Amino acid sequence: MATVSMTVNGKAVSGNVEPRTLLVQFLRENLRLTGTHVGCDTSQCGACVVHVDGKAVKSCTLLALSCDGSDVVTIEGLAHDGKLHPMQEAFREHHGLQCGYCTPGMIMSAIDIVNRKGNALDEHTIREELEGNICRCTGYHNIVKAVEAGAAAMGGKAMPMAAE
Amino acid sequence: MYEFKYHRATSARQAANLLVKADDAKLLAGGHTLLPTMKQRLASPANIIDLGKVAELKGIEIKGKTIVIGAMTTHAEVANSAAVQAHLPGLAALAEGIGDPQVRHKGTIGGSVANNDPSADYPAGLVALGATIVTNKRKIAADDFFQGMFATALGEGEMIVKIIFPIASRFAYAKFPNPASRYALVGVAVARKGASVRVAVTGAGENGVFRWADAEKALGAKFSAKSVEALKASAKGLNGDMHASADYRAHLIGVMAKRAVMAATAK
Ligand code: FES
Ligand code: FES
Repeated sequence: MATVSMTVNGKAVSGNVEPRTLLVQFLRENLRLTGTHVGCDTSQCGACVVHVDGKAVKSCTLLALSCDGSDVVTIEGLAHDGKLHPMQEAFREHHGLQCGYCTPGMIMSAIDIVNRKGNALDEHTIREELEGNICRCTGYHNIVKAVEAGAAAMGGKAMPMAAE
Repeated sequence: MYEFKYHRATSARQAANLLVKADDAKLLAGGHTLLPTMKQRLASPANIIDLGKVAELKGIEIKGKTIVIGAMTTHAEVANSAAVQAHLPGLAALAEGIGDPQVRHKGTIGGSVANNDPSADYPAGLVALGATIVTNKRKIAADDFFQGMFATALGEGEMIVKIIFPIASRFAYAKFPNPASRYALVGVAVARKGASVRVAVTGAGENGVFRWADAEKALGAKFSAKSVEALKASAKGLNGDMHASADYRAHLIGVMAKRAVMAATAK
């Protein structure tokens, strides 16, 4: 066993882990932050996406020990004082989820896209950028709409109302 | 994943020493091939040497007529580098096409090159550009480095430190990604530097990356998409599997070569 320390959602945490412990296991099993999911064995689905030092990564494909000293943000770290993050709110408003299994990863990836590409995202960019996130339910249509609206809202612009 | 002993390297030299001393040791770069392989229990090294905190292995710099990229530089860093975009835009585009955004945030050029996956993108780029792989022990030309499926010239205790890319006047890479895995079903890189033209093919060959002599000759005579149009790559020695037959891959080599030349000559 080895000790690992990092900042998770703004709080300093540490724990004893086996070297083979993945970051996602540390988050879910040691810290009980079960919003980050595991959907595959092959680093393809993106259900496990979190931010490490400001970048979206697949927490199923990182050793917890490699993240020693890192700053980690999970889906649980987005809402503040009972108010959803604009990207979460956009997914709710635009019905960007059905079963919700892929959603935490989708939202963490979506925020990363905005961080890298800005607030005005077109449909093509969003679809390309979501290559590493798989959803079995929605057909992506509403996810793309949600990401576009959430991106705009993160820039302080009013969120367009959901169509329908 | 089986148990292993974890070592966090603090310098390249210390990592290389550990690699010799520790029994059955593997270097962990971005981990985006090694960890999935270990999770599936297809690899079970006794010792893992994590290079993640070795700062000296990271970075991109222009040196004379070359771009030098540290082994631990991620695909995202190469793709977004102003230096690479200015001098070898085709290499930035190649890096931008690897995996998905999250994979590009962790996967490294050194890891990809050392692994020499027969469907990886970088081997084609390195061979076409005539890159030099610098290890802790020596310099190896890309032509001599890649030696078949997952096989390289790296010896015991040898690790990649950086890669030197000569700046070519024209360079581009085009691939046909496998629809599921997104690895290259066939990828072709073309580079022109002075009178020399090099064409490298990944994804297709039974022994990994190879050069396509006919295309190099035709493009050497005239560097335009028309020159490769009439060529037919041979299906001999190409992979055939459930994703694509050898004949189909041979056909794709021609198509991807043409696209690469078009991209290289566009503006
Ligand atoms: S669980 Fe990480 S990519 Fe699927
Ligand atoms: S909402 Fe069910 S997997 Fe995406």
